[in-house]
Amino acid sequence: MSSVKEPVERRLQGEAVSALDVARIRADFPILDQQVYGKPLVYLDNAATTQKPRAVIDAVTRYYEHDNSNVHRGVHALSQRATEEYEGVREKVRAFLNARSVRELVFVRGATEAINLVAATFGRMRIREGEEILLTEMEHHSNIVPWQLLAEQTGAVLKVVPITDSGELVMEEFERLLGPRTRLVAVAHLSNALGTINPARRIIGLAHAQGVPVLLDGAQAAPHIRVDVQELDCDFYAFSGHKLYGPTGIGILYGKEKWLEDMPPYQGGGEMIRQVSFKRSTYGDIPAKFEAGTPNIAGAIGLGAAIDYIQAIGLDAIAAHEHAVLEYALAAAEEVPGMRVVGCARAKASILSFVLEGIHPHDIGTILDRQGLAVRAGHHCAMPVMEHYGLPATARASFAVYNTREEVDALMAGIRKVREVFGQ
Amino acid sequence: MSDLRDLYQEVIFDHNRNPRNCYCMKGANRTAEGFNPLCGDRLTLYLKVEDGRIAEASFQGSGCAISTASASLMTEALKGKSLEEAERLFQAFHGRITRDTGAAAPVDLGKLEVLSGVSEFPTRVKCATLAWHTLNAALEDKDEPATTE
Repeated sequence: MSSVKEPVERRLQGEAVSALDVARIRADFPILDQQVYGKPLVYLDNAATTQKPRAVIDAVTRYYEHDNSNVHRGVHALSQRATEEYEGVREKVRAFLNARSVRELVFVRGATEAINLVAATFGRMRIREGEEILLTEMEHHSNIVPWQLLAEQTGAVLKVVPITDSGELVMEEFERLLGPRTRLVAVAHLSNALGTINPARRIIGLAHAQGVPVLLDGAQAAPHIRVDVQELDCDFYAFSGHKLYGPTGIGILYGKEKWLEDMPPYQGGGEMIRQVSFKRSTYGDIPAKFEAGTPNIAGAIGLGAAIDYIQAIGLDAIAAHEHAVLEYALAAAEEVPGMRVVGCARAKASILSFVLEGIHPHDIGTILDRQGLAVRAGHHCAMPVMEHYGLPATARASFAVYNTREEVDALMAGIRKVREVFGQ
Repeated sequence: MSDLRDLYQEVIFDHNRNPRNCYCMKGANRTAEGFNPLCGDRLTLYLKVEDGRIAEASFQGSGCAISTASASLMTEALKGKSLEEAERLFQAFHGRITRDTGAAAPVDLGKLEVLSGVSEFPTRVKCATLAWHTLNAALEDKDEPATTE
């Protein structure tokens, strides 16, 4: 009996990993069922923001219709419900990232605010004139500019690890630049412009060997690869809810307890204090210390619903599906004359950045748009990456759990149409 | 796709493939830099102004078909124009592309009409107007000693 049953089970498991029921998943996203300029919408701008499943939209609506109240304050029933739901999300995020404790998770507006928070508190306190922050050439502006602002204020120095033409970090240079004056390494877990998955474990291992803490910008990674902050052993991890099928305006900063305890508050106000008098105020415990003011409660609840949604599918299954779609797209791209993919790292996820010979990415974007294909054209908030390749911009298709090979076919047909319009 | 043809007219492709007056001008007495930080398009505009008239206009830069064609067509249109005429042309062109009809008396846009399809593509208006804003900056440069005639 069992010898018959076993292979069937294995096959089913294999199918679960390699082929999600994408049609069913797509039905969860109301926005996908529409036409743009008379063509079915093909949404391939997921690195900018993902669409929201019904479960997230409903969670936000339900909160406003039934539980809306301020958190951590009221003695009444609504406030208790709102507080329980809101704090319940912190536990969901803890499980999602495998953090040790909910105390290590700070609600912020998004990855950008998370990084600014670390720069303004940890950075201001610990990084002095002449000391160094190690970044990479492939960072998003949100992991460059906060450090530049800090450097302007403190005289700290930014060092930049270069990338190869295939879009990978030059690790020898990383090791060389990681020096006695390095106080922090801040690096993208997954590049938004190239799709490169950086060797986070190795980076963290090397940095920790020198006693240097590491911040991972996980804005792109969190929706696409499983993140385990204990296994990574990163010191900080930042991500945004809206790239993870959740609402805009909500995100997470994970920080190791020892750092968060040590850091001064970020903003002052209600919620983050223990006692206030005009002589002096004392601050609350972590993470409240970093959460001044009424938070984005509905956003947090939406994020909780998004995490539930992802967990029900499984990030490994999502990653396998997206990988299959990306591989299919990379192979298809080779068949399109004049099309060149930018960024071909060995470890890569969800991003197809490309250029067409003789056609500017903006023109590509407009012509694809009129065919219902939503892609991004521009520098993707990563101007140093564009400079590396000597390009003003690229066009970028980025994939999510609901994208299909048929949509890749539509993209490639659209790109051929672009060439046709340009008489190529 | 017909609306795409309104945007991408043959003249635009022609000027994109073979931009006119695309060179760094030695002896220019008005120059200005244009930059669209949203998309990274850049251009430098060179003018040689003699006796209040634009004797020569050229540009260099990188951009999409719309911004390149717009710069190319603009430099052609500017040649021989007085500074006042150039300013009026800027206003007229800008009004046409942004559909702001509240501008002054209508000005014949001539060949520049091929760019009017841009008004149907709001996300591309900045591409078409980059060269023109750069022109405006160059024209307003009047008091700078380096550019007085």
